[in-house]
Amino acid sequence: MKNQNNKTILDVQNLHANTQSTEILKGINLTVKSGEIHAIMGLNGSGKSTFAKVLAGHPDYTVTQGNIQFEQQDLLALSPEERAQAGIFLAFQYPIEIPGVANSQFLRLAYNTIQSKRGNDELDPLEFDDFVREKMKLLEMNPDFLDRSVNEGFSGGEKKRNEILQMALLEPTLGILDETDSGLDIDALKIVAKGVNHLSNAQNAMILITHYQRLLDHIVPDYVHVMEAGRIVKTGGKELALELEKHGYDWLHDDRHNNVGVSA
Amino acid sequence: MSEPANVDYLSCLFKSLDAKADGKINADTSPENPQSWLKQLRAQAIENAGQLKWPTIKDEEWRFTDISSLAKLPFKPAQPGQVPALSDIQPYLIKEAVNRLVFVDGFFAPELSSITSENQMCIGNLSALATQHANTIMSHLGQYVKHQNNLFAALNTAFLHDGAVIVVPQNNVVDLPVHLLFIATQVETTHYPRCLIVGEANSKITVIEDYVALQNNAEDAYITNSVAEFKLAANAQIQHVRMQRENQNAFHLANCAVSLDHASRYQAVSVSLGAKISRYNLDVRLEAETAESIINGLALITDQQLADTHTCIDHLKPNCTSHQKHKCIADDNAHAVFNGKIIVRPNTQKTNSSQSSRNLLLSDKARIDTKPQLEIFADDVKCAHGATVGQLDKEEIFYLKSRGLSELTARNLLTYAFGAEILDSVPVASLKHTLEQIVLNQTQSC
Ligand SMILES: Nc1ncnc2c1ncn2[C@@H]1O[C@H](COP(=O)(O)OP(=O)(O)OP(=O)(O)O)[C@@H](O)[C@H]1O
Ligand SMILES: [Mg+2]
Repeated sequence: MKNQNNKTILDVQNLHANTQSTEILKGINLTVKSGEIHAIMGLNGSGKSTFAKVLAGHPDYTVTQGNIQFEQQDLLALSPEERAQAGIFLAFQYPIEIPGVANSQFLRLAYNTIQSKRGNDELDPLEFDDFVREKMKLLEMNPDFLDRSVNEGFSGGEKKRNEILQMALLEPTLGILDETDSGLDIDALKIVAKGVNHLSNAQNAMILITHYQRLLDHIVPDYVHVMEAGRIVKTGGKELALELEKHGYDWLHDDRHNNVGVSA
Repeated sequence: MSEPANVDYLSCLFKSLDAKADGKINADTSPENPQSWLKQLRAQAIENAGQLKWPTIKDEEWRFTDISSLAKLPFKPAQPGQVPALSDIQPYLIKEAVNRLVFVDGFFAPELSSITSENQMCIGNLSALATQHANTIMSHLGQYVKHQNNLFAALNTAFLHDGAVIVVPQNNVVDLPVHLLFIATQVETTHYPRCLIVGEANSKITVIEDYVALQNNAEDAYITNSVAEFKLAANAQIQHVRMQRENQNAFHLANCAVSLDHASRYQAVSVSLGAKISRYNLDVRLEAETAESIINGLALITDQQLADTHTCIDHLKPNCTSHQKHKCIADDNAHAVFNGKIIVRPNTQKTNSSQSSRNLLLSDKARIDTKPQLEIFADDVKCAHGATVGQLDKEEIFYLKSRGLSELTARNLLTYAFGAEILDSVPVASLKHTLEQIVLNQTQSC
């Protein structure tokens, strides 16, 4: 494979996770190396967002089995903020609104917290303003969004762009994009894809959760995984997404043993 | 509360009152004594106070606010004392407010006050203005805060000796805010601040009513019993900022009444930060069509503090608008109370009224009681109201943490944001900034 010699960023082994009452993740295995882009697809309710949130440390889920290594660290031992500081970023499927917290203040606080944890200089409000405006230009975002409360009253597409803006500011080692493409118009999709491609390099990695091939036309994945009932049931190359688009998920069951592409 | 303590307290008060029954006001005003009405007003109030019972938690209006401890305090009315230096009050001054009336323990302090816009309004202390503006003052003072059934308003009126008076004449717009600064310096006394603000037709003014403490020893208690009255004539506009930052052992009992004429607008924001026990009664009467009131409130309390806000917004005529937003943030063992009554009288069609009470509990031991009370007797009206009591939203906390913010920073940011929404409506920039800093400091646990 193309990145065989690159270092492992994320190594998930036999991951099981519960909510209070039910097991949702039932043994996920996934290895992500630097420079790679992985797509995760799968039916509604198959556990994609749960997996993403478990990676980010959401308190609703308890990991009952398995382990996660993130750049040689035991990820499960870290709090959500330590994970973010270590370089994990989740662009949420449903970014929440935070009334009363100015977007500019929030972005600067997040940026400076992470910079200082990484031993870099913090920016004062004026410097940060210039910096964030540059990043917003890349995403063709109106600077007015800085003065508004975090996501409050943002349209669905605007929220998604605000997530990518945060990712652009925080420069994670592992970016997890949970359906960032849903709700984006075609132009916005291209802009976001351009932003993601711009951010992706040989040192970092991305996991794209999506239902649609159209995102993968713009951000070409190295691997495509299919989730079903809390497991990754199939892994292939970028062609797998095209096959799924053509045949639907049922086709997997007809054809389970006939590998398309390779296993990661 | 036992009856005898009540009697003790009042008789103690009245003894001191008798001693100066023909006291200050008359001495300060003209010898022909055109202010006998003032004497009458006080006499009436004394009589009322004598008949009113000390409120206990058995009274519906005082259900959550137990002031029995107060009745046991033999606090005499404050006497004029030493006036602090200007440098002592410097931290409380507001840059934009070049017009300032300062009262120390309820007594006017001309040396700390500053008036530059005399040509735009009639402004000063009651005893100075009582002669020259007798008619205006007489027709408004004591007309809005009723003391027939309100013990503390009656006591304030009974001890009425001075106060802040502003009358904005017709068509006058006072651009710069006026600061009414009430400073408590004496402990184990009761202070009786008083305000009368009249906006005549088409006038406009911003008034900051501000209660601060400047004791050497903040361990000791005192009582502030204040009354403020606002009259808005047709098309008048008043912005009222009220800040209560008494010391942590003070008792603050306040009554404010607002009367609105045709197309007038009253915009208020009140912030309660101090006092061991505070009670703020606000009565707003929309007495003519298309009058409008916009009322925001924030109580931010901690330790053993209790902050009780009772408001009553009375729609007496059709086509009036009232919007109210009240927020409480209670930490530690603090207890916040909000009782928001809205009356929509019969035939007040096209009334538009909204009320929201949102409350944040920062500790398991904190308590918030909120009670919206809507009494609607008209049918073609638009009334929206809602009340919530809760903790910080855990999804919001997680969102912030997922961006690298610590749990503590996330909580602090969200708590601050909750209160900051109310501060947004403070119309004086430097004051807004000061309040934001205060709220920031108080919401930042570490
Ligand atoms: N906090 C929770 N409490 C209860 N059930 C949950 C919780 N979180 C997820 N689930 C359940 O777990 C299953 C997987 O949900 P998840 O959101 O991970 O699916 P998904 O693959 O992201 O779906 P979609 O494509 O619709 O976004 C669903 O049945 C969901 O209802
Ligand atoms: Mg999902």
